[in-house]
Amino acid sequence: MTRLAAEPQRRSERIHIHATSEQRTLRSTLQGPRQQSASARLELCEIGKSYGPVIALDGVNLMVEPGELLTILGPSGSGKTTLLKVIAGFEIPETGAVLLRGDDVTLIPPAGRDVGMVFQNYALFPHMSVRGNVAFPLDMRRRPKPEIDARVRDVLSLVDLAGYEDRLPRQLSGGQQQRVALARAIVFEPLLLLLDEPFGALDRKLRDTMQLEVRRLQKRLAITTIFITHDQEEALVLSDRIAIMNRGRLEQVGQPAEIYNHPRNAFVADFVGESNILPGTVIDDRPGLVEIALDNGLRLEAAGELPRGARVGAMIRPERFVPAGNDPASYNRFRGTVTEIVYVGVSQKYRLRLESGPEILLRLPAGMTVRFPGVNEPFAVELAPQDVHLLHLD
Amino acid sequence: MTSVAIPFTRRTARLRRRDHLRMALLALPALAIFVLFFGLPVLRLLFLSIAGGSLQWYARALKTPLYLDVFVLTFEIAAAVTVAALLIGYPVAYFLATTTRTWRAIGFLFVILPLWTSILVRTYAWMVLLGRNGVINKTLIGAGVIDQPLPLLYNFSGVLVGMVHVLLPYMVLPLYNAMRRVDPSLVQAAQGLGASPVMLLWRIYLPLTMNGIAAGSILVFILSLGFFITPALLGGGKVMMIAPLIQQQVGDLLDWNFAAALSALLLATTVAIYGLTQIWIERRQRGSP
Repeated sequence: MTRLAAEPQRRSERIHIHATSEQRTLRSTLQGPRQQSASARLELCEIGKSYGPVIALDGVNLMVEPGELLTILGPSGSGKTTLLKVIAGFEIPETGAVLLRGDDVTLIPPAGRDVGMVFQNYALFPHMSVRGNVAFPLDMRRRPKPEIDARVRDVLSLVDLAGYEDRLPRQLSGGQQQRVALARAIVFEPLLLLLDEPFGALDRKLRDTMQLEVRRLQKRLAITTIFITHDQEEALVLSDRIAIMNRGRLEQVGQPAEIYNHPRNAFVADFVGESNILPGTVIDDRPGLVEIALDNGLRLEAAGELPRGARVGAMIRPERFVPAGNDPASYNRFRGTVTEIVYVGVSQKYRLRLESGPEILLRLPAGMTVRFPGVNEPFAVELAPQDVHLLHLD
Repeated sequence: MTSVAIPFTRRTARLRRRDHLRMALLALPALAIFVLFFGLPVLRLLFLSIAGGSLQWYARALKTPLYLDVFVLTFEIAAAVTVAALLIGYPVAYFLATTTRTWRAIGFLFVILPLWTSILVRTYAWMVLLGRNGVINKTLIGAGVIDQPLPLLYNFSGVLVGMVHVLLPYMVLPLYNAMRRVDPSLVQAAQGLGASPVMLLWRIYLPLTMNGIAAGSILVFILSLGFFITPALLGGGKVMMIAPLIQQQVGDLLDWNFAAALSALLLATTVAIYGLTQIWIERRQRGSP
């Protein structure tokens, strides 16, 4: 996890340094007559929408800061696509308001919103060349021809597609099509950029490249961006903040590390990354530390402050377990039998059946010197109290 | 690997050849019927038009202003019918392609129903509506809008109305088909990028449904060229199109050779138009826009 988090950061810093001079020239050409900053704050207030008896959006509140990349992460059917349609103007919410740079745009049709969008299937116009596609939003805004030509040229070189102006979409690869879609969505300097699961159709390697590229561009242009996905890994890598959506509600909004390490409830813990959630009751509380009697009979010490008798779910990330040391008295110790081993390259996943019955999932780094147990062998792991995250159980 | 693969492909090739043969055999009865009842009569007709090696009937058809006028009028009516059917059919097809399932079913019923009704019945129905003492004139006179009946029947507009009504489904169906194939996200994308409804139609929807427009228009135009019953009845002998003229030559004047020459000319123009538009469509699909 630390590796994952650190790398994009390092990369973005590096890019930021050599981007500043480019950024200035690009901004000045792309900007044209409009001089104010392109990025805008987006506010969603109490957005509600239902389709017959199905509640798609249930009072959604969200504020996205200028220049921020916020990911809406949720399973299919969670309402994230409906929310995106409301932001873009394709759906009118039954309740609530959409504010873009402080203006209420709830009832304004998509064409009047100045929102750039990259569709899941890119939605490139098949009968227009790359140039025609990218120039389209500028044509619609009746910009003068020389300005259109200059902007199209700039944005195409920005997405590394200079020289492809006369190709038709069907003559491009998936990654190139996506770049055209992206170019088309940013060429008119929209107030907001919407990305609707844009990487779904790409193969793994290309997806990783495109993700970083989109992130780099987004930062360089400092454009407020909403990114929709159901892929939690993608969300963790790309986002400034993540909003977890479930059944038409936002379960939690926060920075990736916060979401991962301190999920607010069992849904978030389960949806973002892998987790063990063990229900139990607080039986003792000392300053900064509580003792929990798990329902499976084990005792557990966890960092936190909770009253005695509170029902909690102890959430433990699989990678937080370490093989148990020699001290038999150490507290947070789980003994059991290995039932399944999965090798995933950087680590190995184990399924451990505890003596008291339930199974837990653990993940041990592949390079560890300790002898790994085989299937059906006994194994013991332990855990620091700080690595237990307590969830309220409803 | 290759030693296994080669005999395998040979075998499949042999199988495929056998498949082709079997397919050809299966198509034979249909082919025979086609040649017997369609190919031979047309050939015989063509021979009639050049009976005795003479081109006199063609010369007569192409040199007599009266007959040339009929040709010109036929093309004019066919063009007018095509344009009218397109103008009416495009919104209808758009409605069918974008509405809910219930409305689509109801709409289709209205589009298809005329196809199930006898063309004669439909044409007589128009005569009842459009005649001097027809429903429309009587209503208008009764309402005091006009005091002389309008000439609605036995003229260009009468023929036009009747033919558009009969041929509209042939326009709507290909258009509907083309519109259903337009990805709705393209429309949304265009709207999101700032396209007004007019621009959306002009820059996105029309170009993307151009094949449907071409298919429907050719179909309606070609069917119009050879249309018989409707122009014969609604034209009342005053608006003469080519098909009624041919019938007249055969039925009233028994001039088979001249009728055959006229038919051959009609067939030739039809085939030429069809061929040219096919080439145009193929070019459009292959080349750059």
